[in-house]
Amino acid sequence: MRVGVLALQGDFREHLAMVDSLGVDGVEVRTPDDLASVDALIIPGGESTTIGRLATLFGLIEPIRKRVRDGMPILGTCAGMIFLSSNTIGQDQPQLGLLDATVERNAFGRQVDSFETDLVITGLDDPMHAVFIRAPWIEKIGGDVDVLAAVTGTDGREHPVLVRQGRILAAAFHPELTDDDRLHAMLIGLVEETQ
Amino acid sequence: MTDASTHQGTDKVKRGLAEMLKGGVIMDVVSAEQAKIAEEAGACAVMALERVPADIRAHGGVARMADPAKVEEIIAAVSIPVMAKSRIGHFVEARVLESLGVDYIDESEVLSPVDEHHIDKHAFTVPFVCGAKDLGEALRRLGEGAAMIRTKGEPGTGNVIEAVKHMRKMNAQIAWLTTLGPDELMNASRDLRAPYDLVKQVAATGVLPVVNFAAGGIATPSDAALMMQLGCDGVFVGSGIFKSGDPAERANAIVQATTFHNDPAMIAKVSKNLGEAMVGINIDTLPDTELMQHRGA
Repeated sequence: MRVGVLALQGDFREHLAMVDSLGVDGVEVRTPDDLASVDALIIPGGESTTIGRLATLFGLIEPIRKRVRDGMPILGTCAGMIFLSSNTIGQDQPQLGLLDATVERNAFGRQVDSFETDLVITGLDDPMHAVFIRAPWIEKIGGDVDVLAAVTGTDGREHPVLVRQGRILAAAFHPELTDDDRLHAMLIGLVEETQ
Repeated sequence: MTDASTHQGTDKVKRGLAEMLKGGVIMDVVSAEQAKIAEEAGACAVMALERVPADIRAHGGVARMADPAKVEEIIAAVSIPVMAKSRIGHFVEARVLESLGVDYIDESEVLSPVDEHHIDKHAFTVPFVCGAKDLGEALRRLGEGAAMIRTKGEPGTGNVIEAVKHMRKMNAQIAWLTTLGPDELMNASRDLRAPYDLVKQVAATGVLPVVNFAAGGIATPSDAALMMQLGCDGVFVGSGIFKSGDPAERANAIVQATTFHNDPAMIAKVSKNLGEAMVGINIDTLPDTELMQHRGA
């Protein structure tokens, strides 16, 4: 099994290290050829505008859409969640539109509002320590999207921060900055189901 | 998110934002218009300034924090992180920038230092980046609470030689530390003038515990790729973009060369027809008193 990590910008090395620690080959993906060789893809944290722009420039948008529609499991964290989604409030930027969700960028505020917390996740026994950095939240989801974790925002309402839609997983936080590999293991589990 | 397990301004959160900037280009901008050009060209963050380093160098006099109105205008113009510079040791400028909502403060030798002491950066919620010419300087800044390091290079010259020197020295000193035994690390700490705990940590891991970007003199896509190949995690471009003939094209090319820094054909492709690079300065023509890298060691 080969798990690709989109390596255009952001913390792709941390994702690769986590994949390797689970005993799976991690591959840096920068071109459509790289993408063709992997069984799953991770879109890392970073700047979603930078990643979206480079993905457009290097012809990755359509190939990623096609692979995911054909059943390839995919995980996006933070910028990766934004890039996977269909809409961003108040922003016009390249998005894959694979996850039926509207996201709000920098929803918790600026960097001084960034935080870490313990998050209760549906389907996992113990809470996950989650690092939110200029993080987005999900404002609206489609009917096929399951919410696995939510937090109360500064607006007093609950907002999804971990969701699943079929073989698509998206987190507003950064499991790759901790030593908790359960979301990565979940992604690898989805690949094993398909093989 | 107000329960007991929730914490803001931790080392993890401060260093974490720098992790997200990796593989990216942070561009100096002096207006909302330039900030938008930078964002559209794929910058992963912008540095809000009153004047770029080349103009600070040309202008002379005391260089200070940017006008808060300018910082606010730039924050309002873009969705990417906004950094701003405070003078070395000027903790009030830093507090002002923090109150404006700046995402990272660069305690920078590009501005005129006000103190022989650096800011106590642990006391802030906003993270700091600081320049370093070598490992000892980097570890002293980390000891004070910096969450990200960059080479000092020689700002505003368009000449990458000093940034190369600083990165090579950093790499060599880290490699040297990993060869030492536990009984040798205290003297290493003395010789580097660096905190012992951090020296021990680097000796054990063989890497800096924070992200390290290139800065100071980067002017071309090849310069950016050179610094990436030397092991930098990303690139600051100061005067190099908006002092060139076609800023949008050059910004775009430097972003692509940073991502594809190991691909000479790609660097060649993006380097074509970029117009005039910024006019450079040969460092050996500058008197020592005009070198910014010796400020705040």
